[in-house]
Amino acid sequence: MDGYYAFMLVATALVLMMTVPALALFYGGMSRSKSVLNMMMMSFTAAAIVGILYVAVGWSMGFSGDGTFFANPFEMWWLDGVTTDGYIFVMFQMTFAIITCALISGAVEGRMKFSAWVVFLPLWALVVYFPMAHMVFGCTDDSLICGRIGAQDYAGGTAVHINSGVAALMLVLVLGKRIGWPRDKMRPHNLTLTMLGAGMLWLGWYGFNVGSIVFTGATDEENTAQFLAETGRTFANTTLATMAAILGWLLIERLLHGKATSLGAASGVVAGLVAITPAAGAVDIEGAVAIGAIAGAVCSWAVSWKFRMGYDDSLDVVGVHLVGGVVGTVLIGLFSTSEGAGGIDGLFYGGGAGALGDQVLGVLVAIAYSGVMTALIALALKHTIGLRVSEDEEVEGIDVVAHGESAYDLHTSMTRGGSLTAGVPAAAKASEGANA
Amino acid sequence: MKLVTAVIKPHKWEDVREALETFGVTGMTVSEVSGYGRQKGHTEVYRGAEYDIALVPKIRIEIVVDDGDVDDVVGIVVKTAQTGRIGDGKVWVSPVERVVRVRTGDQDEAAI
Repeated sequence: MDGYYAFMLVATALVLMMTVPALALFYGGMSRSKSVLNMMMMSFTAAAIVGILYVAVGWSMGFSGDGTFFANPFEMWWLDGVTTDGYIFVMFQMTFAIITCALISGAVEGRMKFSAWVVFLPLWALVVYFPMAHMVFGCTDDSLICGRIGAQDYAGGTAVHINSGVAALMLVLVLGKRIGWPRDKMRPHNLTLTMLGAGMLWLGWYGFNVGSIVFTGATDEENTAQFLAETGRTFANTTLATMAAILGWLLIERLLHGKATSLGAASGVVAGLVAITPAAGAVDIEGAVAIGAIAGAVCSWAVSWKFRMGYDDSLDVVGVHLVGGVVGTVLIGLFSTSEGAGGIDGLFYGGGAGALGDQVLGVLVAIAYSGVMTALIALALKHTIGLRVSEDEEVEGIDVVAHGESAYDLHTSMTRGGSLTAGVPAAAKASEGANA
Repeated sequence: MKLVTAVIKPHKWEDVREALETFGVTGMTVSEVSGYGRQKGHTEVYRGAEYDIALVPKIRIEIVVDDGDVDDVVGIVVKTAQTGRIGDGKVWVSPVERVVRVRTGDQDEAAI
């Protein structure tokens, strides 16, 4: 299984790339030009903070043993008892924790205090993600979603996408909408960044889905055979669902709003990848195309809900990740085939409604757990350190206020060494004054 | 005929446009500009090097109006753009000698 190990090194790096920089670019391009750096910083800080916390306690909470909600946090504290030839599996799961936390940031564009984000990250990882990873990925007979309910989730439709989508909704309900929204539409400032980010997410997602194989064989030969058969299935499903979702999104968008847009194509990519994430191992290629097309179409419609219901989910974490995650996870109940990784036939493959029931129950548990816990964390932060920047700071722009930087310097015609809007180094100006 | 020029905070621009449209102003010229008055810029830091950003972004609105509408238009801009804080901007009025609509050749009041 040397080939598998070598592949996991690459897969892990690919999933880390999904956060830094793919998600940072995808979200950054959709932000306003005065918030793009802060948006990217939320991804970068998620990598730094959640990554170290994962090694300290996250792996142990997820994978050190039994537990309905989580395993003993101190059993494998700082990877105690994990040999270095097992580190790559820790690193792989760490990158999942990072991107799940980073995904939430898309909902809070331009108004959340950077300090509040930095405190929210470890709290949310500890209280919500690490337990959810145990319930889904750290599968024992006890773990709630995988073990007790028996819902199929290959790579994280519940633990990653429903989880981050519900968390995003709860966080914006507590945080509130941006000043001027929804009357001011606050359109994306640079869609080329978003297209680039979406493409890189697609690439990285092969690490995410294909790397999520769990071996069930008794011998090396059986595992090798499973590796060859299953990675082909998950790679093809990931690809085809994404392609179908682009078309599904564009079709609905064309019907509802008159044009097929580039942002629609980029969003379709992500919606398809989200929906096939839980189903990558369970379905055949026809199932993958169906799930992708449905997810693209449904998410294309779902991103308009926020305007009717009045929650400012700024970059559509709910419309894409929550809705796409629910679509993919529930549709496993229809399209699952016993030839797939889970060995379960869904409703359309002669397996009856049992699998569908398990999938729906898994979704409801994920929504309930993430929703309640995230709301408690958000409320606690709001009433202690505060979640929002002041009105003046929000209007001026969070890049300058939180980070002392601006993303673009486009006024170079007004120049004398630097430009007036880009500024001149304060030190240089002082010496100039002395000469005068 | 008068030219009303207003320099306002960018986030107030949508409010001002809506109010002027409701009043009956059918067109205007708008530019993104930079400047400063009593509101100064801010400091940015790149790898420890501090930069004084002297200019603050603003929106400049230019509207040519009939003499009789000047007070209303100025009043609307002041009322809707006002936050009461430094940096709300300025409005000024200047006389206009002649206006021609390019498409038709209409002159003065007929061209507004």
